[in-house]
Amino acid sequence: MRKTTLGAALALALAFASPAARAAGDTIKVGILAEMSGTFADFGQQITNGARAYMKQHGDTVAGKKIELIIKDTTGPAPDVAKRLAQELVVKDEVDFIAGFGLTPNALAVASIATEAKKPTIVMNAATSVITAKSPYIVRTSFTLAQVTQPMAQWAYQSGVRKVYTVVADYGPGHDAEGTFKKTFTALGGQVVGEARVPLKNPEFSPFVQKVKDARPEAVFVFVPAGELAVGFMKAYRERELAKAGIKLLSTGDVTEDGVIDALGDNAIGVISTHQYSMAHESPENKAFLAAYAQVAPQQRPNFMAVGGYDGMAAVYEVVRKLGGKVDGDQAMGVLKGLKIASPRGPIQIDADTRDIVQNVYVREIKKVGGKLYNVEFDHFPAVKDPGK
Amino acid sequence: MHSFLGVLFDGIAYGMLLFLVSVGLSVTLGMMNFINLAHGVFAMAGGYLLVTLTGKAGIGFLAALPIVFVGTAAFSFVVERLLYRPLYRAPHLKQVLLTVGIIFVAVAAATYGWGPQQQPVVVPEAFSGQVPVFGLELSRYRLLLIGVGLAVALALVFGLERTRFGARIRASVDRQSTAEALGIHVGRVFQLTLAIGCGLAGLGGALGVNVLGLDPYFPLKTLVYFLLVVVVGGAGSVPGTLLAALLLGVADTAGKYYLPEAGAFIIYAAMVLLLLLFPSGLLGRRRLA
Repeated sequence: MRKTTLGAALALALAFASPAARAAGDTIKVGILAEMSGTFADFGQQITNGARAYMKQHGDTVAGKKIELIIKDTTGPAPDVAKRLAQELVVKDEVDFIAGFGLTPNALAVASIATEAKKPTIVMNAATSVITAKSPYIVRTSFTLAQVTQPMAQWAYQSGVRKVYTVVADYGPGHDAEGTFKKTFTALGGQVVGEARVPLKNPEFSPFVQKVKDARPEAVFVFVPAGELAVGFMKAYRERELAKAGIKLLSTGDVTEDGVIDALGDNAIGVISTHQYSMAHESPENKAFLAAYAQVAPQQRPNFMAVGGYDGMAAVYEVVRKLGGKVDGDQAMGVLKGLKIASPRGPIQIDADTRDIVQNVYVREIKKVGGKLYNVEFDHFPAVKDPGK
Repeated sequence: MHSFLGVLFDGIAYGMLLFLVSVGLSVTLGMMNFINLAHGVFAMAGGYLLVTLTGKAGIGFLAALPIVFVGTAAFSFVVERLLYRPLYRAPHLKQVLLTVGIIFVAVAAATYGWGPQQQPVVVPEAFSGQVPVFGLELSRYRLLLIGVGLAVALALVFGLERTRFGARIRASVDRQSTAEALGIHVGRVFQLTLAIGCGLAGLGGALGVNVLGLDPYFPLKTLVYFLLVVVVGGAGSVPGTLLAALLLGVADTAGKYYLPEAGAFIIYAAMVLLLLLFPSGLLGRRRLA
């Protein structure tokens, strides 16, 4: 902590010494495109609160520059809106960074603008593998679905499961998850006995779950986006008593993420998932993160998206610090490639080749700790790269 | 055969839930000729009331249900008095605009009050899990849905056809001026009718939390289902709404089970088919004019 303060002070002094930096204005603007309203408003709130938590903890001045967030609402999966807002951010607000993106379509829509304007663009959540390949100016501080799915398939096989039924949401990330699980699991010698893709707008889950039960697999692997669908699936799983029928529930952490875990209720105890972040992760970094987050949004449990936002801001601060407050697109990318951060989820690194994140993926089980539900980590796969690349 | 019966049961239970949340709309739309697109707001209000009562206030699930009914009905009294009454005779477009506006206000209010996330609901042990019946594994919660749905359907049919109040509603709807001349206070009749309709929506919404989930966008997400059921059933007809809800519920469930790829769209195909066969709804309109 003292070291960073010292570094900041030094950078501050340097910044004042350099006339060029002052001429460029004394704020660094970070334009955040996030889902602040609509059914995915939860995503935007988590991401922006995470970013604010970082600023709360580390102050809003780096290298003599004031860091300013400009938050724009993409309203949901709306690529055209995201693109228009990104143009506004670049042309009107003259931002130095573009960040945010709860959802894949919004991130993809902005890729061409990132390239054209040479703006470092930080994806804080959207999780399809392909995103970082769409522009040399995109990095990701969240995860990819393939990255958390592959360890699930490996862990399932290691723990003796041989027959699995997969259920995924019918959109890009769902197809990534389905493909990765099947590929990894069958390569190891396992068998996928059935596959279902469920629509994104879908209030009634039980027929799909009943079908899984009738197929009698040893486990069902699930990926649906966090929130409504996750809660719906868990309720149906519980109601149909799949656990009693000996069918284990394996999922990515989206289904059991910290923000919805209360809504899942005791139904969820015992569910195994693989993901990069849990509130229950034990480390000083996570403790500091949780404390800062509680100051920003005391009512809410932070989830992996909040951490994506938090680490995204950490990357911004690092770039500003290293460049002495003078942010240039190509130089910023130079700093970001290979960047290492001590994240609340453990050590993370931006892969210099793919600009995607490399991180530990944890195997967790839902348990009740002190009267509340948590994803308790019990195993992990170190430094996992995105297998979708 | 075995799985077919299970699917049929699930479909009927889902249909009963659709019936519970939709029947109030059928009453307001068909009988009072008021385009109440904000119907889902009352269902959502019921949901949040249930979540708050069982979660924060510690009241039991079953004990909370009647409170939800009365509370939502009382809420509709206020809304009716302040907003709906001036527009009873207004063109439908104005009613649509008003009620859509109410939806957006309600979405914002719920987000402000409870946040954008899904709400948890605790269902008592007695209604969770499955129970074996003749070799079928039936969900206890779905049995509850079917029970409540049947009870409400019977009470409504009986109430409308056999009671004095039911006769007043029918008279007020069919010949408003004559009813007034006979000393029926049409305004009050409508107010009570709306309150019952909204109370039922609240009850349906509360029972639906465990199946449909609950977040601030509930009224928008479910609107299309309410309208489907009411339009297919024939607005204003309780038996028609029940029949439509059951048919659509079974079609949706069976579609998802047997044709998962087409899954969620079967319900719309069923709607198109039913409307082609019965353009004015399964059991027609009971309005004369």
